[in-house]
Amino acid sequence: MSNIGSYEKRRENFNWDIAREVLGWKEGEILNIGAMCSDRICAQGKGDKKALIWQGFGGKQKTYTFNDLRVLSNGYAKFLQDLGVKPGEKVCLFMDKIPELYISFLGILKMGAVAQPLFSAFGDESLEVRLFSADTKVIFTTRKHVKKVRKIQDRLPALEKIVVVEGNPDKLKEGEIFFQVEEAPAVEEFDVFESGPETPSVLHYTSGTTGQPKGAQHAHASVWGQALTTSWVLDLKDDDIYWCTADPGWVTGTSYGIIGPWSLGATQCVLDSGFTSSAWYNFIQDNKITVWYSAPTAIRSLMRDGEELVKQFDLSSLRHLASVGEPLNAEAVIWSEKVYGLPFLDTFWQTETGSMMITNFPGLKIKPGSMGKPFPGIVAGILDLKTHEPVTEPGTVGLIAFRPGWPSMFREYVKQPDVYRSKFVGAADDAQPSELRTDESLWYVSGDRASFDKDGYYWFVGRDDDVINTGGHLVGPFEIESALVEHEAIAEAAAIGKPDKVNMEVVKVFITLNPGYEPSDDLELNIMNFIRKRLSPLAMPQEIEYSEKLPKTRSGKILRRYLKALEWGEEVGDLSTLEDD
Amino acid sequence: MADEMKDMVLEYVIDEYVDEDDDIEVDFDTPLISSGIVDSFSMVSLKVFLEKKCHVSLPDKEATPEAFDTVNKICELVRRFQD
Repeated sequence: MSNIGSYEKRRENFNWDIAREVLGWKEGEILNIGAMCSDRICAQGKGDKKALIWQGFGGKQKTYTFNDLRVLSNGYAKFLQDLGVKPGEKVCLFMDKIPELYISFLGILKMGAVAQPLFSAFGDESLEVRLFSADTKVIFTTRKHVKKVRKIQDRLPALEKIVVVEGNPDKLKEGEIFFQVEEAPAVEEFDVFESGPETPSVLHYTSGTTGQPKGAQHAHASVWGQALTTSWVLDLKDDDIYWCTADPGWVTGTSYGIIGPWSLGATQCVLDSGFTSSAWYNFIQDNKITVWYSAPTAIRSLMRDGEELVKQFDLSSLRHLASVGEPLNAEAVIWSEKVYGLPFLDTFWQTETGSMMITNFPGLKIKPGSMGKPFPGIVAGILDLKTHEPVTEPGTVGLIAFRPGWPSMFREYVKQPDVYRSKFVGAADDAQPSELRTDESLWYVSGDRASFDKDGYYWFVGRDDDVINTGGHLVGPFEIESALVEHEAIAEAAAIGKPDKVNMEVVKVFITLNPGYEPSDDLELNIMNFIRKRLSPLAMPQEIEYSEKLPKTRSGKILRRYLKALEWGEEVGDLSTLEDD
Repeated sequence: MADEMKDMVLEYVIDEYVDEDDDIEVDFDTPLISSGIVDSFSMVSLKVFLEKKCHVSLPDKEATPEAFDTVNKICELVRRFQD
């Protein structure tokens, strides 16, 4: 029997308070995610239960119980307090998927600060933009990644402390602090910060079409949505061994790689080594993983390596699979059912929503290729592309939208109230974020297009903007273009998403060269590596097209949409604003 | 000729993916992908490098993380498609 039981019955008379029942949370307890994922589980008598089974490069392994999480996260919390960090200040986590990342995340929340995890493959420019925007006070990093911080620290006036939590302390620079929690005295007791539902908790950055990435601020109340969706969609039970393959530098890695499973007291595994199909299958086999939450890009890579490889491993422990990050194609659902004996259940949500919104459920009929149905308590709709009125006719493509008010919804875009307001259809010009996120007469517009069918299943169509979804990660074209024109050879640049079988989209750029530069193989490689190091491997163009001139509007704005339409073989639409030759 | 290719690939990997002060020794058999020195997205620039410098076209199906995991394996793959 699945945790959700009947989807239809759950939708009737739904109330988010059921999350409290699922968590066994009583009125009067502190609503602090850090403590709910550690202290509270110990108080339930599960202190000796395994919380984290971690494997790194070269097969190195470590295991932590919930009591370890409690004591070690206390250690980080006390360390930050002693450092002078105040509640509400931002502490960035910039490291690979090592145990320190997961445990310090809890420690930061326990002392009331805001955890700001960033993808460790970000280059120095991507890092700088996000730290500057957030006025980040402290950064936790490792010997491997501290070099990128050093390059930019002079341009970050708010950044007061650089803390290296792993590696060799010998090569640190003056002013950097080395803190290894497992070597420090154990902190058995810590007075957890008494956060409330609206206390800021986690800050994730997400890319848009225009401007630099935006900081989506979440609050401690998010745990209600994250725990309930983990229970009902991922179907985690007390004896499960769970593996979420996402990196906590992105929202899936925190919502479902930390908060969801640990708030429910589940054992989870983390593999911090490069992707190879054999290594992943080995990891499932060795740890007897039962519930696996992954991404379409990874699933398609596994498909590419074929069924014969699957037969070399004992994957019989698996009982439930789910997927997130980009739409899961029907072929992948059918393939997984054939080779693993289980279909991957697609789930749709985004950084801003904080938890699953439209999803497939255990026990509910799967239509391969469909996003599924709205989670109980979520009011979803499709809005007409022009009028923004809800459409009623099945099959009509429009904007995916949600009525505000679910607990995991982001509370604001840091320092950008106007951008936040622009995400709500029907918002008054002077509406404040606190009003917008609770006004159930509005629609929050996700930025994606879809339709629904006569049975109420949603079907993804694509983005409603120019943001590139590559391997399940959103990359902003503006960020790439800004970095490209900093290259000495490049005069102008436009970045678009190009269709890709494995990653859904990859970055393609169109450039014009400055005088004195000619297209060449060496230049192409140089540009690719320039972006990879400045921004991230995800933003690296996988194709570069040289052009004499880029299409522009008469006001001089580069027409990305025109380039994208040509690339995708779509209608180019209205070109009346196109600059004359 | 074979050694020249291996030296060229190794030099590129060290120049582009390893920082000077990294405590990493990279040789022909050092795992690249499975050790995290080269992530799977960055494999693309390595593939482009090989195709341009070795005048070869590597099918996506063959350019897997396993096939790119060491300099020796990479050179074996390139030679297969040069023949």
